[in-house]
Amino acid sequence: MMPSSALLSLPMILCLGAAAAGQLTPSRAWPRRWLALMTMVSVTAVGALLLVTVRRNGIQAAQMGGWAAPFGITLVADLLSALMVLVTGLMGLTVVSFSAATLPASREAGAYYPLVLVLVGGVCGAFLTGDLFNLFVWIEVMLGASFVLLALEARQEQLEASIKYMSLSLIGSVVLLCAVGLLYGVAGTLNLADLSVTVPGLGTPRLMTAVSMFFLVAFALKAGAFPLFFWLPASYHTPPAAVTTLFSALLTKVGVYALARVFTLVFTQDARFTSTLLLVMGGLTMVTGVLGAVAQYDVRRLLSFHIISQIGYLIAALGLMTRGALAALIAFLIHYIFAKSALFLVSGATARVTRTYDLHQMGNLYRTQPLLAALFFIPALSLAGVPPFSGFFAKLAIIQAALRTQHWVIAGTAVVVGLLTLFSMMKIWREAFWKAPPENQPQEPNRPLSLGDGVLGPCIAMTTFMVVLGVGAEPLLELADAAAGQLIDPTEYVRAVLRERP
Amino acid sequence: MNPVVMHTVARMMAPVLLLVSLVLAVRGHDIPGGGFVGGLLAAAAFALQMVAFGRSAARRQLRVHPTRLAAAGLLVALLSGVPAMLEGRSFLSSLWGQVPLPWSDGLKVGTPQLFDVGVYLAVLGTAMSFILGMSRGEETTAPELGR
Repeated sequence: MMPSSALLSLPMILCLGAAAAGQLTPSRAWPRRWLALMTMVSVTAVGALLLVTVRRNGIQAAQMGGWAAPFGITLVADLLSALMVLVTGLMGLTVVSFSAATLPASREAGAYYPLVLVLVGGVCGAFLTGDLFNLFVWIEVMLGASFVLLALEARQEQLEASIKYMSLSLIGSVVLLCAVGLLYGVAGTLNLADLSVTVPGLGTPRLMTAVSMFFLVAFALKAGAFPLFFWLPASYHTPPAAVTTLFSALLTKVGVYALARVFTLVFTQDARFTSTLLLVMGGLTMVTGVLGAVAQYDVRRLLSFHIISQIGYLIAALGLMTRGALAALIAFLIHYIFAKSALFLVSGATARVTRTYDLHQMGNLYRTQPLLAALFFIPALSLAGVPPFSGFFAKLAIIQAALRTQHWVIAGTAVVVGLLTLFSMMKIWREAFWKAPPENQPQEPNRPLSLGDGVLGPCIAMTTFMVVLGVGAEPLLELADAAAGQLIDPTEYVRAVLRERP
Repeated sequence: MNPVVMHTVARMMAPVLLLVSLVLAVRGHDIPGGGFVGGLLAAAAFALQMVAFGRSAARRQLRVHPTRLAAAGLLVALLSGVPAMLEGRSFLSSLWGQVPLPWSDGLKVGTPQLFDVGVYLAVLGTAMSFILGMSRGEETTAPELGR
């Protein structure tokens, strides 16, 4: 068995090392592609191993460089982190194989795969770090790679999108850096476990609430929550489908993860105020996201608005702050990463057939691509929360948690937003798959109408996850419950990190 | 116009700047300095060449493509952490050793120095890809960068 310190640092070492090695290999498609594929396989394996280790032996912590806890570089894996690393590896694998099937060889030969690896490494780092400043750094690593990935093709709309995305993200980063600085000034430490111990004894609850609001704004911006989501629909529809899938699967989730981490571990004194704020924010995010989606006719913009509305569910679940709600949050997070990725991958696959993302221009795909239609139908129903797919159980758990704490408004909002989600999924189904093809469609006689090899593989994998997580929801919910237990009661986390301290 | 002063100064200063950047990188372990500052100063040396002789000349003098240089630096920095892992300690734990020298007590070498070398290369590569990238398009005959 590998020591836990090696296991904890391996995802980042593998990703960054492979990114550097990939950039050093000759500029051809195949070495970079295979290097990226192999790395993602290893990251997935490490994530699985980490999950098994944490499940069996409790929370794992390691100090990079061997400097003891509050001073050194701490990496921690509780069940949530390990689960997220595993999912990140799986998503990386999916996206790399989808890129190999869809991107032109010239794009693959460039800096594309190294950037994807840097992004995945940054995401893994954000999930595993036990220190707020390192969290900031890993988020920057991830964002830096995403800026370049967004603008890699350098088309005009992409440059416009990346300017919006970059400027808003950088504002978020500045706020985050201010928050980190303020917290360090008040508490004198940035180690999460150490903060969890020292903050309650500081005797400045109002100041801590003020600092926590800085974190709330910064992470809510990264997550795409209610008043701060404008960058998301402005940018996510411009890059290739593989990149959009990667972004939607990982970037906003880091924001949600960070919110869950700081508001369960550090800022727990003023729980009533923060939880009310999170609930209001979550509810409004759900509603605005889904209403924005209803009006859209570009598949990718529509799905981007759904990212926002689903983020609302997660933030509302965090606002409930009970063990059941946090378990629901984790189950929903896992389900939703797979569901949304499946939908983006299918939208990329349909665009290969129809050459457009505009719903008006599509039609009749049910006849011409029956398998693709099935692959859209299952995640669409799952996202809307129809049984027996994973979304049903995840959404049910959130609504149950809301009812149990007598938050009727949130429960009602969640149900209504679920119905509206179903409505807009059915809109895609009707427009793209069901209706007769538009008559004025420009018919180019010799354009290829085939999908190409290997495009469906990743879509099938995602949809299979959806069915497996739906039919076999029990183990996932059990795991999520155990992870929520670790979030609610941070003593094990603190003990694992500060073991060496007297 | 032939900017004689600029050319002369740039030519004379280049070795000095590069040497100082190396000195800074080496002394950085215990006193102010280090790979980051050293790398920046080295990038400044190449930037001066660019101002004096143009973009393609600076690119030629760098010899390696800047992003490859940055990648190599990142790889070296990562590798410097691996020996500690092989010994069963945490990633990036420092290992030190003495290299006996005939004329003195011995030279203290260790993995943090390798890490600094990596940082030096990574910073030089990144800074140069920014600097060269921003000046792209100023020359009418854009030189092929190669990858």
